Amino acid sequence: MTDRRDNEMAVPGNEDAALDPHASQPGDPIDNPGLPAHQPRPTDVDEAAEKRAERQVAAMFGLSAVCAVLFCVAYFALDIGSEPDMFGGIGAQNLALGLALGLALLLLGVGAIQWARKLMSDHEIVEMRHAVASSEEDRADTVAALKQGVDDSGIGRRPLIRNSMLGAVAALGLPAVVALRDLGELPGSSLEETVWRKGMRIVNDVSGTPIRPEQVEIGQLVNAEPAVFFATDEEGEPVYEGHELQAAKAKAAVILVRIEPSEISPLPAREDWGVQGILCYSKICTHVGCPISLYEQQTHHVLCPCHQSTFDLADNARVLFGPADRPLPQLPLGVDDEGYLVAMSGFQEPVGPSYWERGES
Amino acid sequence: MGATRLGRREPAKAQKPSKVGEVATWADDRHGLAALAKKNVRKVFPDHWSFMLGEIALWSFVILLLTGVFLTFWFKPSMAEVVYHGSYDQLRGIPMSEAYASTLEISFDVRGGLLMRQIHHWSAMLFIAAMFVHMMRVFFTGAFRKPRELNWMVGGLLLMLGILNGFTGYSLPDDLLSGTGLRIADGLMKSIPVVGTYVSFFVFGGEFPGDDIVSRLFTVHVLLIPGLLLALVGLHMLLLVYHKHTQWPGPGRTEKNVVGFPMMPVYAAKAGGYFFIVFGVTALMGGLLTINPIWLYGPYNPSQVTAGSQPDWYMGVAEGLLRIMPGWESELFGYTISWNVFLPGVVAPGIIFTMVMLYPFIEAWITGDKREHHLLDRPRNAPTRTAFLVAMMTLFGLLWAAGGNDLLAVTFNLNLNYITWFMRVAIFVGPPIAFVFTRRWCISLQRQDEERLLHGYETGVIMRSPEGSYSERHLPIDRTGAYILTARDRDEVYQLPAGADGNGVAARGSLKNKVRARLSEFWFADNVQKPTREELVAGHGDTDRELALHAGEAHPADGHQYDGRHDVAGDELRKH
Amino acid sequence: MLLTALLLTGGAYAVLSPASAQDDLAADEALVDRGRQLFLVGCASCHGTNAEGIVTSDGTQYGPSLVGVGAAAVDFQVGTGRMPLAEPGVQAPDKPAQYDDEETRALAAYVASLGPGPAIPEAEKYDLEGVDEEGVVRGGQFFLTNCTACHNFAGAGGALPEGKYAPPLQGTDPKYIYEAMLTGPQQMPVFSDEVITPEDKEDVIAYIQSLEENPSYGGFALGSYGPVAEGMFAWLLGIGALVGFAVWIAANSVRSKKRTKA
Repeated sequence: MTDRRDNEMAVPGNEDAALDPHASQPGDPIDNPGLPAHQPRPTDVDEAAEKRAERQVAAMFGLSAVCAVLFCVAYFALDIGSEPDMFGGIGAQNLALGLALGLALLLLGVGAIQWARKLMSDHEIVEMRHAVASSEEDRADTVAALKQGVDDSGIGRRPLIRNSMLGAVAALGLPAVVALRDLGELPGSSLEETVWRKGMRIVNDVSGTPIRPEQVEIGQLVNAEPAVFFATDEEGEPVYEGHELQAAKAKAAVILVRIEPSEISPLPAREDWGVQGILCYSKICTHVGCPISLYEQQTHHVLCPCHQSTFDLADNARVLFGPADRPLPQLPLGVDDEGYLVAMSGFQEPVGPSYWERGES
Repeated sequence: MGATRLGRREPAKAQKPSKVGEVATWADDRHGLAALAKKNVRKVFPDHWSFMLGEIALWSFVILLLTGVFLTFWFKPSMAEVVYHGSYDQLRGIPMSEAYASTLEISFDVRGGLLMRQIHHWSAMLFIAAMFVHMMRVFFTGAFRKPRELNWMVGGLLLMLGILNGFTGYSLPDDLLSGTGLRIADGLMKSIPVVGTYVSFFVFGGEFPGDDIVSRLFTVHVLLIPGLLLALVGLHMLLLVYHKHTQWPGPGRTEKNVVGFPMMPVYAAKAGGYFFIVFGVTALMGGLLTINPIWLYGPYNPSQVTAGSQPDWYMGVAEGLLRIMPGWESELFGYTISWNVFLPGVVAPGIIFTMVMLYPFIEAWITGDKREHHLLDRPRNAPTRTAFLVAMMTLFGLLWAAGGNDLLAVTFNLNLNYITWFMRVAIFVGPPIAFVFTRRWCISLQRQDEERLLHGYETGVIMRSPEGSYSERHLPIDRTGAYILTARDRDEVYQLPAGADGNGVAARGSLKNKVRARLSEFWFADNVQKPTREELVAGHGDTDRELALHAGEAHPADGHQYDGRHDVAGDELRKH
Repeated sequence: MLLTALLLTGGAYAVLSPASAQDDLAADEALVDRGRQLFLVGCASCHGTNAEGIVTSDGTQYGPSLVGVGAAAVDFQVGTGRMPLAEPGVQAPDKPAQYDDEETRALAAYVASLGPGPAIPEAEKYDLEGVDEEGVVRGGQFFLTNCTACHNFAGAGGALPEGKYAPPLQGTDPKYIYEAMLTGPQQMPVFSDEVITPEDKEDVIAYIQSLEENPSYGGFALGSYGPVAEGMFAWLLGIGALVGFAVWIAANSVRSKKRTKA
């Protein structure tokens, strides 16, 4: 402990050690004993240990290089694509590349740290802290300089210039805001409308087949869409495709279920909205808009997998549980001339999550 | 000793003009950097494992930049519809966005692409996790106090931007899960009163999902936020170097110095080595563990959804809040306010973030502490602060669990609805319990420290007095240990200004001051203060007396024979 | 009382289900007879001696009527071990089958004889012989639209309200997947042959099979539970390992007792 400072004074960067008196602080019960003496490591005092550590570090660096080469081998040797190589049920290339790269990096890092721990000087050195705050003199000078600058500009004496400048800078905010106007079209009434119209067939999602009431069994769930999503125009092009299809789908997707008619308790206005116990609801959750189709056929409950709002489809999709507040909108059903299920109108309220302008439904 | 080893290196540097010297001369002739570099080449950094947590975040960020650049070589940030013809059989012939198709290409047709994608995603998870643990370390040890408040705020901003960039990142592939996440983000935007619908339409370039969001998020993800992150990381580091790192109190370590290893070579080797270790661990994770298998989710389709639709972990708190919030909505003059979405999705994150940013100032106001602090607090010595963070961690943990309530239900055979109800209550009950418990625990630890200081440690030597009663012998702890226990400030409770109190007449601003005094009293209540020099001497007197009592015995057992902590020879206690 | 939740498909099958589901199993009288014997011993205590169901005094179903549920429902419930029920609960879990194949056939024949219902599908409906690559892709679309909401994107299963769950599909016999879609066991909805055609069903099964045959491209799948499992691994494995390394880096290395260099 005694000769420590004399020894380490010579180390560059440790000049501060001499300036570091551990004077006792008033009120401290125990005086600061000062830095403990340096304890040498085996590698500091034992030539053999030093050589061993040196070899250890070099071996890690060497192995790291081997791993880097293995990475390149795996890159060219192992196949990906439609006929990938497998290793124990796992994609072989990703596994080999990851292992090789990971080990190459890890060995390099561990080697460097082992070098630092075993072979580099582990003498702790001392650096003094200096007060963060500038001296009073500097502060006064700075304030004076600032004041001089402000005075020279005359900004205090010339309110006309000052105010007109502030006004001009503020006005620049307008172009900045207005220029962003074309980020998107205005909502208008688009959130209130879906593609559902009176007489539009309800078709099975993916296959697009129309559905007859007798094809739907008690306890059945059909994930359905409006027929127009599968329709083509005169030139054989789909009526809806790309992002227009996505946007329309995000509002128009529905679920169709069939419930024992005696178990259904429709609202007075909705008594004829079902066909033989077949009911159709919006698939878009009224909470934040996840598609909702975890249907329990015995309880007639449908659950949203995102935030677990639960609706009772036999009771007008009343909310039973979870963060949603409004029932799922219901689509009135009917049967067309050919005996297929159709919508009797569009949705009579906006579907999906609430928004400011939605208002009373 | 060390001096000789170092001495050997000295002449090489000073006399022979080495290659390094030549380069340094060339640079210094043009920029005159030597004066600046002189100090920083041997800049001291203290060594402690908890000081490296921030490094995990820093290195993860570097990994993100490297792997991210690789991914941009193939990723196409476009929502234009294409039909997939790549290597993945189960999706061939399906129309999808170019973004999704190019992510499939990276995963299946670019060699090493899947690895880079997975490393990128894993290091994003680690980046934010490391920022959290680093922040917890800074908080628990009080390292955010003067003069480092601004750096704490920079850290808070980094965390927020990191989370935001994580969200924009996992939304880019345009798979079912990221689309579901954007759908929820759309719901959150629409819940904002007055402007929500417009915000949504402007962000998505029209009605959700539109065809702009991926390319917009791409710019935000690879340019805007990384640029800000880079600048703020630079500022964070600059302030760190400028203020010099904090350190734990200990022998020779004071408020006036910093003790540790020099930047060159030890810290450079350790920090550089740690970069490779972080990269290595992340690469191993990328090679061994599947993350975000987008091919299984399929392209985004607004009519599809999957069980287990969760965001990445750092959004889990918001997800949990959304899940346990009761379904409240109001109609006001024909307008809708969805409290059930707006409160947990927009207001709560805002409050949490503001609290994080302002915390150093709130605490300083309560404690009235205006001093500079470079020595860290042991968490037990700031019981209220520690307890506050533990309460917050409890809240976060509960909300986090609530965000995965469906998986908890499946994994542990629990009832989903009961979990939600439990969480609705627990987030109000749990944190206060955690607060009280932690605070008392800290104070108990403080008492134990005081006990050890004043009465020494238990030697395990049982003494029998002449009267026949038994007692365990205590011995003073060693000087270094004792110093560490006492190297902390005494707490000072904020006192009301004298005028207001004395006359009983309310002075200006007295309500504020009263609140402050109350809070300050609460803040420090029951804390144990370190003993004074006199108390310490008196305490030691007891042990000395005890030893003295047995001094005349044939085998004076002072305990050192058994504890193995000291060399018995030359022990001054034995002189008694 | 929880057994009410265990209603199998309603007796309404007798009236509503398509007549095409006539089953020739029911024509084998010896088999029907053997099935009746087994039924009386193993099933009648809940489902009634004539499989008409048992209603408790407070009006709830003890065991539902099996008239018209069809042979496919029996084959699924008994073949996967869900029936007979070991103990009351919100949901009948699958477990090792209690009856062998022949006994299951006999039980199915008996129940099929009670009323028309879906027959056990013939093996060619789910042997995936006729499914081409396009069929697998189509099956994937049906799967993502109709199945993943409950069963998860990789068929790893998921939670339903009140302690119920959608079981994992990985490793399930194609026949049982087919029968489940056909009959809608327990809370699972029915996917009738008219809406999701037998070819569609086969495609779905082919997709699920193809996922199992795919390598796990990116390494271990972590249960295919999505981001929650990933987050857990990031913290426990990633942060755990890195903090471990940090502790090692900053730890004091061994010190020597020797004071001077040799």
